[in-house]
Parts: sequence; C-alpha cells; structure tokens
Amino acid sequence: MAGLEDLYREIILDHYRNPRNRGELECPPARRSEGFNPLCGDEVVLTFEMDGEVVTDLRVGGYGCSISQASASMMSAAVIGKTIDEIRDLTRSFKAMMSIHEESIGGDGSEALDGAGAGGSGSSDDGALRLGDLEALRGVVKFPVRIKCATLGWNALATGLDESAEGE
Amino acid sequence: MSAGAGPDIDGAVKAQFPLLERSVHGHPIVYLDSAASSQKPVAVLDAMDDYYRTVNANVHRGAYEIAAAATEQMEQARADVARFISAPSADEIVFTKNATEAMNLVARSWGGSNLGPADAIVLTEMEHHANIVPWHILAAERGFEIRWIPITHDGCLDLTDLDRLLDGAKLLSVTAMSNVLGTLNPIPRLAAAAHDAGALLSVDASQYVPHLPTDVGELGADFMVFTGHKMCGPTGVGVLWARMELLDAMPPFLGGGEMILDVTKEGFRPNTVPHKFEAGTPPIAEIVGLGAAVRYLEGLGMDAVRAHEVSLTGYALRTLTDRHGDDITVHGPSEPAQRGGVLSFVYRDVHPHDISQVLDQSGVCVRAGHHCAKPLMRCLGVTATTRASLYVYNDTSDIDSLAEALDEVGALFGH
Repeated sequence: MAGLEDLYREIILDHYRNPRNRGELECPPARRSEGFNPLCGDEVVLTFEMDGEVVTDLRVGGYGCSISQASASMMSAAVIGKTIDEIRDLTRSFKAMMSIHEESIGGDGSEALDGAGAGGSGSSDDGALRLGDLEALRGVVKFPVRIKCATLGWNALATGLDESAEGE
Repeated sequence: MSAGAGPDIDGAVKAQFPLLERSVHGHPIVYLDSAASSQKPVAVLDAMDDYYRTVNANVHRGAYEIAAAATEQMEQARADVARFISAPSADEIVFTKNATEAMNLVARSWGGSNLGPADAIVLTEMEHHANIVPWHILAAERGFEIRWIPITHDGCLDLTDLDRLLDGAKLLSVTAMSNVLGTLNPIPRLAAAAHDAGALLSVDASQYVPHLPTDVGELGADFMVFTGHKMCGPTGVGVLWARMELLDAMPPFLGGGEMILDVTKEGFRPNTVPHKFEAGTPPIAEIVGLGAAVRYLEGLGMDAVRAHEVSLTGYALRTLTDRHGDDITVHGPSEPAQRGGVLSFVYRDVHPHDISQVLDQSGVCVRAGHHCAKPLMRCLGVTATTRASLYVYNDTSDIDSLAEALDEVGALFGH
C-alpha cells in the first residue's frame, strides 16, 4: 500500500514551504508560459530569460498544491543554466518517471521507494542519476491523480521553450 | 411534501448501504462526498438486479409479457418520481441522462425557441457549471444577455437589485441549494419576483430534492431539474419536471426512436409529452432503480431526512470549530437551518488537494477542487475548496473521524 511518506518526501515539503526561484521576471525581455490544471484550477506561471540556447533565469508564479508547487520549484533549480536540449532531455526523463506504470514499481524498484530515506538511492539508471533531487517525486506515480500536479510546471516549460524556438 | 414521517434516522440506515461496510487504507470508510454522488441502499441494488434478471426487455410497443412488465416498471417509476416532488401529473416527468442533460434540454428546447438578441436571462454567481455553460452556448448563438445575481460575504444571494435584474428578463435560472456553500435559496420568493416580472423560473434542484421535502407547486418553479445518483439512485438517469403547457409548446430536444408519432420522407410528427423528449431506448434499469430510491427515501420520510441533516450539520460546525478553532473556516451560512449538509472549508493555508490526500489515508472521502462552480470560486477569492457533504447514512462518528484526520493534515503541513 502506498503511504503518504511515498508522496510527501521531506525534500518535497521543503520545496513547498520554501519555494526556490519564486516570482516573476519582466516580460519582455523575459518570456512567459502558463500551465493550467482544469481539474483543480491550479495555475503555474513561468517567466524565463534566454541567452542563445541557455536558460539563464527562471521564476515560478501561480498557485497550487504542494506537489505542483514543489515540482515547479525543483524544476526551476534543475534547469537554470542549462541549454534547451539539456532541458528537453531532463523533461523527457522526468516525464518517463511519471509515466511508469504503478504496478511496475511494485517489483524491482519498490524497495528503494519504500525506504524512509529521501533520494531514492537504489536506482542506478542514467535518468535517475541525472534527475537528482527530482527523484523524490517518483512516489507520485503511486498516486495517479497527482501526476498531473507534478507535471504541470514541466508541461508549461516545454510549451514555453517550443514557442521561443519557433520565435527565433 | 414527504410521504409520511418515518422513524428518526439512526444507525440502522448505514447498515442498508453495503459499500459503507468496506475499508480504505486499513480504516473503515468515512464517506463524506454525497453532494458529488450518494451511495446506494440494498433496496436500489436489488431492484436493478431483479429487473435485469427477471424483466429485461425494451419498453413500449412490445406485446409480450416481459416487455409489458418492463414498460410498467418504468412508468411506475415515473409515477413515483412525480409523487416524490408533488408534481400534478406523471406526464410532466421527463427522464434524461442526468441533471446536466435536463438543463441543456431546457436551454436548447425552450431557450432555443424563446430567446433572441433583445432578450435577457438571469443566473446567480453560485450556479454549478451545468446551469451556466448551456446558457453561454445558447447566448453565443442567439445573442441574448445573461445577468448575474451577486452573492453576499456569507454566501447568500444578494437580492438588493433583484427587480432591476429581472426587468425585461424572460427566465431566472437558479440553484435551490448551492453545491459548494450549502446555501438554501428562497425559491418561492424568487418565483414570485420572476413571475411578477413576466419571467419563468427554472430551478436546479440537484442538491435539494435528495435532502428536503419537495413540492414543485410550493416552490413556484416552472422548470426543475435533478439527478438520480445524488438521491440513492443509480448514475445515468436524471429528471426534468416542467409545467405541462410549457412542455407541450416546446420543440423536441433529441430526435430518434420513441419521440415520434409518425415519420415520412418529408418530416415527422413528434410524440406526446413526455415521450417527445425521450428519444431512443431509455436507461430502463436506472429508471427502475430511481423509482426504488424514491420509495426508499419515502420510507425514511423526507422530514426525518432533513431533520437528521440539520442536526448533523450543526454537530459538524461545532465539532470542527471546537477542535480546530481559527485553523478552519467554513464557507456559507453559519445557521444550520439555512443550509444543507454541505461544508466547504479552508484549513490553514493547506491546498485542498493535499487535505483530501491526507484525509484519504484515514479512509475519509472528501472532494477537493472548484466543484464545477468557478465563477463562485472567484467570488470567494479561492481557486478551490475542500468539501465534506452529508447524507442519511452519515452520523456523528463520521464527523469525529473528519475532525481527527484533520490533525494529520496539520502535523504534516504545519509550518
């Protein structure tokens, strides 16, 4: 049975209570992208600045539950200073983690997940290594209703990057 | 008017709902989401099962035994529903798929033939999307004006400007009880004001009919919609009631079998009311189930149902406030007699999704979100609320479980 400790890891609660890169950049020069969860009315507003291919700064605005806010906060910390291609790789890895079927983590990977320690250290695949702190969100998969919360900011960022690429 | 006052609602009622025997996450289930959908008593489950096992056949026109029996059971349910809301005639009961479809029927059929660019209708800020979006869709096609009755800070309708809002309007469409705030609106007063202004009154009674004795004549409604699954019945069946002269004059809603008297290559002649509005094979088993639900509620007595919910709502307001003090704010009227058993609340600054997730671990089922009432959410200045809603099978132990489980929320999200 999935317990709340799978969902509300300490690192997630920390990002929720002390969100990183909170706020809004002036547009322009910053670009703006929004994400909505129509089910619950949650909203994330991303503003970010680019230097060539690199996202040099990003701020998170909007409102939502602990999972959507923490995920967006962790995302902001992970993507600032990275190139569009690196961010797209990271987004793919994160969304792959979010799309693992619940039952498939009941077997091999679940021992690591059930451990109380944060960090999900038992996984050793490349994606997990690159995801770093974001690994803490892996437990969200056990609560399928909340996956949309965890991916809200990521989808908004992907849309924003696509639009800025088209705008070049 | 309720058919006879049953005995007081007691613990025996809960035992009639099999689902409430199960556990969730190792805890006995505490179901507090009846405003979204109610649980079903054995009487309803058995009626539907018996129908499928012994009667099942398509209704109307079949000459054989079980087809006649299926028709008879469906029409008996129509009579049961008419009696339950004190409708003058069973022919004024139109079965739909749900309350949403019933409201779309009113908008499309009555609104489509009565509303034009010079016209106006009046809604309120506390409506469910089902009583907003059908009018938005129609207004985009036909260009009439939609006016809004505002709400007060304590979640009641602000009727200060009612006469001005109704001036020249053709329809007032309003909920009898808010699905978010529990507010009971003064329907007879609104009916009188609407009729004085020459407007008709349409009532969304989805949260009202399951919980209070209902008499369409006393309410003064011209149209009323509600749904089966919130009143111990199955999903898939809803009801439109309207005065016969209105139904007679309205064009059909959906076209197909059952709703015609004759069809030629040139056109068709519609069937009589209510069949004119019931195209295609109806949800027969669900209608039979709804009839059983109505008889079940009559057996409890709707006065007793209402008394139980007023008492339990008062207990809930006291218990939550006593235990959680300033950490909790319950929206809507503070007086239990002025509201139904719907408690939307804010707990500290914790997001409703997180609250409902934590409560779920204790087996407590509440709803988190905008409850299909986004204009109301904007008026309240929130994006979402947590909502606990009560029904006949709830008791004080359910309220205690909710109050205790909220401690876990505080422990996890406390700053």
